Amino acid sequence: MMRLSWFNVVSLTFGFVFLYLPMIILVIYSFNKSKLVTVWAGFSTKWYGELLQNEAFLNAAWVTLKVAVISSTFATILGTMAAYVLVRSGRFFGRTLFSGMIYAPLVMPEVITGLSLLLLFIGIGMDRGVMTVVLAHTTFSMCYVSVVVSSRLFTFDQSLEEAALDLGCSPAQAFRLVTLPIIAPAVISGWLLAFTLSLDDLVIATFTTGPSATTLPIKIYSAVRLGVSPEINALSTLMIAVVTVGVILASLASKRNVAKMRQEEIAAVRAE
Amino acid sequence: MAATEFAPWEDPQAKPLICFRNVTKRFGEFTAIDNVSLDIYAQEFFALLGPSGCGKTTMMRMLAGFENVTEGIIELDGADVGDVPPNKRAVNMMFQSYALFPHLTVWENIAFGLRRAKIPADDLTNRVEEMLKLTRLERFASRKPHQISGGQRQRVALARSLAKAPKLLLLDEPLGALDKKLRQETQFELMDIQEKTGTTFVIVTHDQEEAMTVASRVAVMDEGNLMQVATPDRIYETPNSVYVADFIGDVNLFKGTAKPVGEDQYQINWVESLPPLNATSSLPLNDGQSCHLAIRPEKVAINAEKPDDAVNAVQGKVVDIAYLGNLSTYYVELPDGTVIKAQTANTRRISRRSFTWEDPVWLSWTATAGVLLDS
Amino acid sequence: MRRFFLIAVPFVWLLVLFLVPFLIVLKISLSDAALARPPYTPHFEWAEGIWAFFSQLDFENFVFLTSDSLYWKAYLSSLQIAVISTFLTLLIGYPIAYGMARAPEEWRPTLMMLVILPFWTSFLIRVYAWMGILSKEGLLNQFLLWSGIINEPLVILNTNTAVYIGIVYTYLPFMILPIYAALDRMDGSLIEAAEDLGCSRLTAFWLVTVPLSRNGIIAGCFLVFIPAMGEFVIPSLLGGSRTLMIGKVLWEEFFSNRDWPVASAVAVVLLLILIVPIMLFQRNQQKQAEAEQ
Repeated sequence: MMRLSWFNVVSLTFGFVFLYLPMIILVIYSFNKSKLVTVWAGFSTKWYGELLQNEAFLNAAWVTLKVAVISSTFATILGTMAAYVLVRSGRFFGRTLFSGMIYAPLVMPEVITGLSLLLLFIGIGMDRGVMTVVLAHTTFSMCYVSVVVSSRLFTFDQSLEEAALDLGCSPAQAFRLVTLPIIAPAVISGWLLAFTLSLDDLVIATFTTGPSATTLPIKIYSAVRLGVSPEINALSTLMIAVVTVGVILASLASKRNVAKMRQEEIAAVRAE
Repeated sequence: MAATEFAPWEDPQAKPLICFRNVTKRFGEFTAIDNVSLDIYAQEFFALLGPSGCGKTTMMRMLAGFENVTEGIIELDGADVGDVPPNKRAVNMMFQSYALFPHLTVWENIAFGLRRAKIPADDLTNRVEEMLKLTRLERFASRKPHQISGGQRQRVALARSLAKAPKLLLLDEPLGALDKKLRQETQFELMDIQEKTGTTFVIVTHDQEEAMTVASRVAVMDEGNLMQVATPDRIYETPNSVYVADFIGDVNLFKGTAKPVGEDQYQINWVESLPPLNATSSLPLNDGQSCHLAIRPEKVAINAEKPDDAVNAVQGKVVDIAYLGNLSTYYVELPDGTVIKAQTANTRRISRRSFTWEDPVWLSWTATAGVLLDS
Repeated sequence: MRRFFLIAVPFVWLLVLFLVPFLIVLKISLSDAALARPPYTPHFEWAEGIWAFFSQLDFENFVFLTSDSLYWKAYLSSLQIAVISTFLTLLIGYPIAYGMARAPEEWRPTLMMLVILPFWTSFLIRVYAWMGILSKEGLLNQFLLWSGIINEPLVILNTNTAVYIGIVYTYLPFMILPIYAALDRMDGSLIEAAEDLGCSRLTAFWLVTVPLSRNGIIAGCFLVFIPAMGEFVIPSLLGGSRTLMIGKVLWEEFFSNRDWPVASAVAVVLLLILIVPIMLFQRNQQKQAEAEQ
C-alpha cells in the first residue's frame, strides 16, 4: 500500500478546508443575533423564526418542490429510456445526433439553454409558469439521469437479460423483472440528481418562468443581489442541512449494504 | 452389447432432435459459421469443442434464439425455429456467467421460468422442490446468489434452466468458473443429472478433457467449420485431420510421402537419413502423395536396446523429461533434430527411473499405432 | 416496434426541447429588434423556401456585435477568466485528487462523499457564502486586519479576483472527480515498476501518473472551462460592474434592454466559440465509455 506523503496530507487538508469553510461560516452566521452579518453579536435563532413567517419564501419553496418532484420524475423515465437506447440499441439513424443531444446539455451554458427554451415557449405561444419550468428542467436533467444510468448499464451483465428471455420473459417483462430491479440504485440516484438540479437551478428557471411561478432560487437571487442577509443565511443553512443529512444517510446505507454483501460472500466461500 | 449401446447417430431410422441444414451465420463481413450441417439426437450429451472464436458459442446462441441464422435452417423436433424468439422456444440455456438474478433468492431464481409459464402454484412449488433436491440445494433455497459459493451457484443455474423441463438444455462453458477439483466432481454430477432427467444436453467448451469426459459425441470446430463429429474415443483414436489430431491431446506428427506396399500398408518416407515408417491405413493414398502420420506419445515405447520385433524403431537421445506424477513424457531428439514425445506410466518410484538426460534410447511403435492423414 | 418507440420518445423530446430551440435562437438572431411583443420582427419565414432564406439573411445583429467593443471585450474577458480559472482549478484539484487516490482504501468512500457533497448543495448558496467572506467588512478582511498583515481592508468583492475564487470554488468537484476516477483505476504497481526501473518518485509521477490520468485531466478541464465561459451567477454576484462576462451581457441584453435579436446573436456566437470544446469533450467521453465497455 502506498503511503500518504506530507504533500498529500497538506493538499487534502487544504482542499477540504477550502471546500467546507465558507459553508461552515455561513451556517455559523445564520445564528447571529445582529442584522449586520459580519459582526458577531451573540447566538440567536430569530432569523429562522422570521424565515418561517415569510410567506413569499414559503410559497417559492412550495413551487420549487412541486417543479422538482414532477420534473425529476419525468427526467428519470426519459433519461432511463435514453440510457437504454445509448447502451443497448446499437446503430440506428441519427444515433450520433442522439448521443450529442444527451451530452451537450451537460456542458451547455445555462444562459443559452434558458434563452432558447424561452424563445421556443414564446414561439409556440405557451403561457409561462410551472409547466414551462417543468419542461425545461426535465429536458436538461434527463441528460444527467441518462449519463448516470448508462454508466450502470455498461457494467450490467447482458446475459441476465438473455437468461430472462430464455426463461420465457417477453423483452418488456425482462426489463421490468430483471433489469430494472438491478439498476434501481442508479435510477434512484439519477432521480435524486435531477431533483437537486431542479431545486438549485436559477438561470433556466428565470428564463422560462412567468410571474405566477417564482422559484426559491429566483427569490434568493433577488434578495442576495442587495447584499448578505441573515435570513438568507438561515435559509441556506436549512438547505445545506437537508442535503447533508440526505447524502450522509444514503452513503451510510449503501456502505452498510456493500459491507454486508461482502461479509456474506466470504461466509459462503468459507462454508464450502 | 450393440442393443444396449446408445448410438442413435448410427441408426438411419432415428430422427434427430436438432437439425442444422447448411447454416451460415455472418456478422457483417465476418463469417462465424460457414455452411454447417449437423444432426443432434434426443437424449444425447453433445459437446461443441474448439478454441475461442471458432463459432461454437454462435452455434449455441442460434439454438437458443439469441442470434438469427443468415442462411440455412435450424429445425427443432422437425419444426423450423428460425423466427421463434428465445422466450417461445422449448430450449433453455445455462449461461457461462450463470446469470443468476442477484435480487432474487435461489428459490425464486429456480421458479422464475415456471412463473412465466403460468404454472399452478402447487405444481410450481413441487417442481422447484424437486429441482432443489436434484441439485442438493434444499438448504440454500432462501439465500441470495451472493450468499452461496461458486459451486452452489453453478447448481442453481443448472436447476433454473432444467426447471421448465426443456427439450434441449444448452450449457455454455458450464464448469469454466470452477477450480479443477470441483470441476471434475461436477462433470460426473452433470452426467448423472443428464441421465436422470433424460434431457438432451448441448455443451460448449474449450476444454477437451471436459468434452471427452461428459459427451456422447463431440464436434470439433475451427473457424466456423465442423472438423469432425464423432464419439470421444473415435475423435482421439482416429482423428480425420491434422487439426483434430493436434487439437485433441498430445501427438507426434511426421510429415512425409506415402508409398503403398500392400493392402492398406504404406511406407512413409519422411527424413532421408532415417528409415521409412510403416503404417496401416485404409486411406487410399497414391504413390508419392504427401501425408502426415500422427502418433500419440503413449503409443511410443521407449527402451534402452532396440526391440527385435519392432516395425518402426528410431534411435535418439533424451533431451527433456516432463514429470507429471502418474506419467512421464520423454522428449527424445533424433539425429536429424526432430523431437519425438514418448510417454510412460510411472509405476515405479522416481528414484528408479530408467532413463535420464542424454541417455541414448530406442523409440518403437507398431504399424497400427499411428493414424495416417492426408494433408 | 417496441425498439422504435423506445428510441423515438427521448429522441423526439430532445429534438423538440433542445435542438429546435437552438434553431429558433439562430432565426431570431437574424431578425430586427422592434418595440413590440415579442420584441422582434422576423426577417424571413421558413415557408418562403431556401432561396428566400438565404437572400434575406440579415447579419445586422452580428455586425453590431463586432462594431460595439462591449461585446468582443466581453467574449475575450470571458475567455480569459475561463482559461485562467480552469488552470487554477486544475492546479488546486489535481493534488486533492492525487491525495485521495493515495489515501488508505477505507477512507476513500468518505473522501469521495466529501467531494460530492458540495455538488449536491445549491450552487447559488455556495456562491453567496463567499459574499460574506470577501466583502469589505467581511471575515477575510477582519482576519487579515486582526493579524496585522494589512492595515487597509482589501477590495476583493466585486472584482475579477472574486470571480476567480468563485469559479474555482464552485467547479472544484468537477475537476477532482474525473481525475480521481482516472488515478483510482491506475494500477499501483506501475509506479513501483517505474521506480524499480530507476525513476525517482518525482520522475515516476511525471512520466507515469500524469500521462495515465490524462483523460481525467481533459474531462475535468472541459467540465470547468465550458460552463465557466457562459457563467452568469458568479460574475453577477461576486464580480463588479467592470467584470465583463458574456453570460452576464446576454442576461442584461435580454432582461434589461429587451433586445432579443442581439441577445440571440450573443448566444449564437458564444455557442460557436464553445462548439469545438464541446465536441472535443464528447469525443473524450465516448472514447472513455468505449474503453470501459
